[in-house]
Amino acid sequence: MNENNQQTPLVELRDISLAFGGIKAVDEASVSLYPGEVVAILGHNGAGKSTLIKVLSGAYSRDSGDIMIRGDKAVINNPRDAKSYGIETIYQTLAVADNVDAAANLYLGREILTRWGTLDDVAMESEARKVMGRLNPNFERFKEPVSKLSGGQRQSVAIARAILFNAQILIMDEPTAALGPQETEQVGELIQALKRDGIGIFLISHDIHDVFDLADRVMVMKNGKTVGTARTGDVSKDEVLGMIIMGKCPSGAEPGPGAVA
Amino acid sequence: MVQLVKEPGTEKAARVENEPFFTRFLRSTEIDARLLGMLGALALIWIGFHLYGQLVNGFGAFLTPRNLWNLSVQTASIGVMATGMVLVIVTRHIDLSVGSIMGFCAMSMAIIQVWILPEILGLGHPMIWIITVVCGLLIGACIGAIHGYLVAYMSIPAFIVTLGGLLFWRGAAFLLARGETISPVDDTFSKLGGGPYGSIGAIGSWIIGGIACAVVLFLIWQGRGKRKRFNFPLRPVWAEFFLAIVGCGAILGVVLLVNSYPWPKGIVRQYAAANNIETPIGEIFISHGFAIPVIILMAVGVGMTFLATRTKFGRYVFAIGGNPEAAELAGIATRWVTVRIFMLMGTLCGLSAVISSARLNSATNNLGTLDELYVIAAAVIGGTSFSGGIGTIYGAILGALVMQSLQTGMVLIGFDAAIQQIVVGSVLVFAVWVDTVYRRRAK
Repeated sequence: MNENNQQTPLVELRDISLAFGGIKAVDEASVSLYPGEVVAILGHNGAGKSTLIKVLSGAYSRDSGDIMIRGDKAVINNPRDAKSYGIETIYQTLAVADNVDAAANLYLGREILTRWGTLDDVAMESEARKVMGRLNPNFERFKEPVSKLSGGQRQSVAIARAILFNAQILIMDEPTAALGPQETEQVGELIQALKRDGIGIFLISHDIHDVFDLADRVMVMKNGKTVGTARTGDVSKDEVLGMIIMGKCPSGAEPGPGAVA
Repeated sequence: MVQLVKEPGTEKAARVENEPFFTRFLRSTEIDARLLGMLGALALIWIGFHLYGQLVNGFGAFLTPRNLWNLSVQTASIGVMATGMVLVIVTRHIDLSVGSIMGFCAMSMAIIQVWILPEILGLGHPMIWIITVVCGLLIGACIGAIHGYLVAYMSIPAFIVTLGGLLFWRGAAFLLARGETISPVDDTFSKLGGGPYGSIGAIGSWIIGGIACAVVLFLIWQGRGKRKRFNFPLRPVWAEFFLAIVGCGAILGVVLLVNSYPWPKGIVRQYAAANNIETPIGEIFISHGFAIPVIILMAVGVGMTFLATRTKFGRYVFAIGGNPEAAELAGIATRWVTVRIFMLMGTLCGLSAVISSARLNSATNNLGTLDELYVIAAAVIGGTSFSGGIGTIYGAILGALVMQSLQTGMVLIGFDAAIQQIVVGSVLVFAVWVDTVYRRRAK
């Protein structure tokens, strides 16, 4: 990642602010992401990390600030806009439609149609089998509604959904929170594979242990503000913990407006 | 439920070998167990009423061509609206205003065809019924669009919007004609309501039956071909044949049934006199065949099933019902879909208004009163879940048939209105309870 400084970032969020009523959920927060890089956004519950990332994914509209994609200003007002920039999000709540099957979920909103304009379920299921085969070879329950699947299987459906459409920028909100150890490991391998394809990934978590080893850089938020950013090689877990809890920026990190002096 | 095992592991293979015959039968034919349950309940109701009539009143009137034919016509109006209600309930909304919308549409159509169009086109003009029906459907669609807009974009709960609509449109229907009953309607229009002249006769019914059989066979053949092409597990050949035989058998049985109900003597006499037929009245046998409202219901059923299962719109409706947030995040324009659902519901109310007012040959101010409850009951008995995301069109039509069978049966054996209400109410609650238990077990 040494040549990062010369490259144009894949995504750059500049001074994003968003208030709900009188509460500033995100207050001039900035973060960037380079191709093939994993950036973990850390912070307590309510630090504003999910809100910040929902601005990027189009679920919320920002009050002020700019979103730059590959150096150009992007217009993102709803999830459809975000998808058109290759931004895919895997939500904490695993936003899948429980009552339809895996293939229908993978293609939700972007269905394959036959030449008569009707749904081509067979083609969608066939593609779904290919993608899921790469991701989770044990997955066999294509005909069942997603509500009958286990947490890990649902997670793989959600991830398959994102990579199926050649996502360039992947946002994963608490990607391993609902998973067992083995499934967590699977997600880790998957992230490495996606990195090799040059996909930029935002990982959001309140638990540093979940993401520290997966990330190239961390960005810590507190009370809606950026505490600082750091390469995971330059700081220790304890120092990052200090950033999360006290807002204290260690020497290895680049301080932001939220850092305690 | 039905699970297809592509490469059964040892454990799965053992289970497949040991499973009881009935389970294997359901798995191979991929028939929904709930569908069988509903058909069983229907059979029970029909046979029960017939036997009760035979034993207590000395005459079993239920399982006669005449009663079943009438039953089919009576089911049409509720059935048409129930197909739309499925989509409304699947998206976790409700529409309490369908009876009132239907009343308003019927009243508007009566005014158009009785008061307005004859003045312009002349009485009995062949375009009258077409213009009237188109207007009725448009009015229904507009009312639905207003409701949908209020629900989707103003974020008013559908319960409140349509509760308001229930009162509003009933009152508006009264104001349209100051509470008068408008009758008779246009001659051609009245055929849309059934009756001897509003039926397609024996030959027409055989043609429709033949087409339906051909479609069933084509779908089975095409489905098999598609699965082969993508290397999906196939149904066993015996299961394909079983489905084909049962499907075609049922269709042809229904055709035989509607064809064995002859025109009543009075109508035949009239017809014979008008057409100079010399044969004695007693020897003329003219079949009713399918009534036009029943054909309308079948067409709506096929159309709505297609819409719900084969189109993007249908997929979105069910996805929104399953997880509204996920649907929104997947980039579906959920509000616009909601407006379209209510528009569709309104249009179907207009169509039901055509059937009902044509059948009564008049429009009265209270046409469709309490229909909303029967429509909702039909959808729910047919397996539509209030928690959203689950429901089928054929289920709703069967549900309408169950409701109407109960109603008709109790009239035939002479229960009075109070008892009828008690029974219908209890059956509704009971049916939903059974369904809840079934769903919990089906996991």
